[in-house]
Amino acid sequence: MAEPRVRVPSTAKKGESIEIKTLISHPMDSGHNRDVYGRLIPRYIIHTFTCTYNGEEVFRADWHPAIAANPYLTFYTVATESGRLRFEWSDDKGTVYATEAEITVV
Amino acid sequence: MLLSAACLGARLLADELSPYTVEDRRSGYTYLSEDNQRLQDDDFANPGLLWVEQGRTLWHRADGTAGMSCTSCHGDATVSMRGVRTRYPRFDPQRGKLINLEQQINRCREQRMQALPYPYESEALLALTTFVSWQSRGLPMHVSIDGPAQPFFEAGRAFYMQRRGQLDLACTHCHDQYAGQRLRGDVISQGQSNGFPIYRHTWQTLGSTHRMFAWCNTSVRAEPYPLGADEYVNLELFVAWRGRGLPVETPAVRR
Repeated sequence: MAEPRVRVPSTAKKGESIEIKTLISHPMDSGHNRDVYGRLIPRYIIHTFTCTYNGEEVFRADWHPAIAANPYLTFYTVATESGRLRFEWSDDKGTVYATEAEITVV
Repeated sequence: MLLSAACLGARLLADELSPYTVEDRRSGYTYLSEDNQRLQDDDFANPGLLWVEQGRTLWHRADGTAGMSCTSCHGDATVSMRGVRTRYPRFDPQRGKLINLEQQINRCREQRMQALPYPYESEALLALTTFVSWQSRGLPMHVSIDGPAQPFFEAGRAFYMQRRGQLDLACTHCHDQYAGQRLRGDVISQGQSNGFPIYRHTWQTLGSTHRMFAWCNTSVRAEPYPLGADEYVNLELFVAWRGRGLPVETPAVRR
């Protein structure tokens, strides 16, 4: 599977609201579909997304089976200090996909 | 004043869409909603770019007993692969018939890299095909249909015109006669292939030209051919010629 992709502005003014875009490759099987043999495909979705900013959680989302494959998420946070944003996607098989981005606040 | 503003709006729209239109040939892009057009245009949000990334990784990865990767022969894809997508499918003297991009990639794997061919429509083959096609983005489709390719082109045209399935419809009925009109909730496009492989919302994933052909065949309740079948490669050539001059949009977003 491809690496998750995030887009964070490399620099921002202190107190500025910044837009963060994320995209991850995932089948997001809802648990209601059947394969070519008529067998139910078990539910396999990313159920939680979190973003931490220098260790502090600034955004969290619970996802449900109606979310389409390869979820794309945009959200905003306030640039408070220079540092590291960490993004984590947790799915039904217990896999955690993670990536990080640096931001400089001036 | 109002009228001129409306005219200006119409002209702006025409200008924006002009790269996607050649004479009376219209890319599927022109039938998309604004949201989907924006999704395709944004190289971050377009999910097809996930396959481009994956394809780039595979391009550099050695595989097979010869210990070679794509780079061993082809080097920098941005140079060596530019324009390649616009010329496929093409006639292949070795096979004595047409070969498309997917089959060419697999042939390289078997003959040069001594590696197993990827199954048709596998993630890896889609990713490499998308990565290679992506290098030609914006270039006009320009396949060769004369010389040895000519009989295969004619076979492709015949396939396109042939009624099939319980609904007794040929490709031409929807995509020539009724393009732009509605089929239930959807607008029928001209069925141009310049954006393939495409990220299709219906599939929730990326798919090849042949998957689309098979999908269309199934939709008219005809038995689809296997992906990679000669019938589909011939059709692929005809469809590519039908959209001659349209820019490569891989990976396009479609409904």
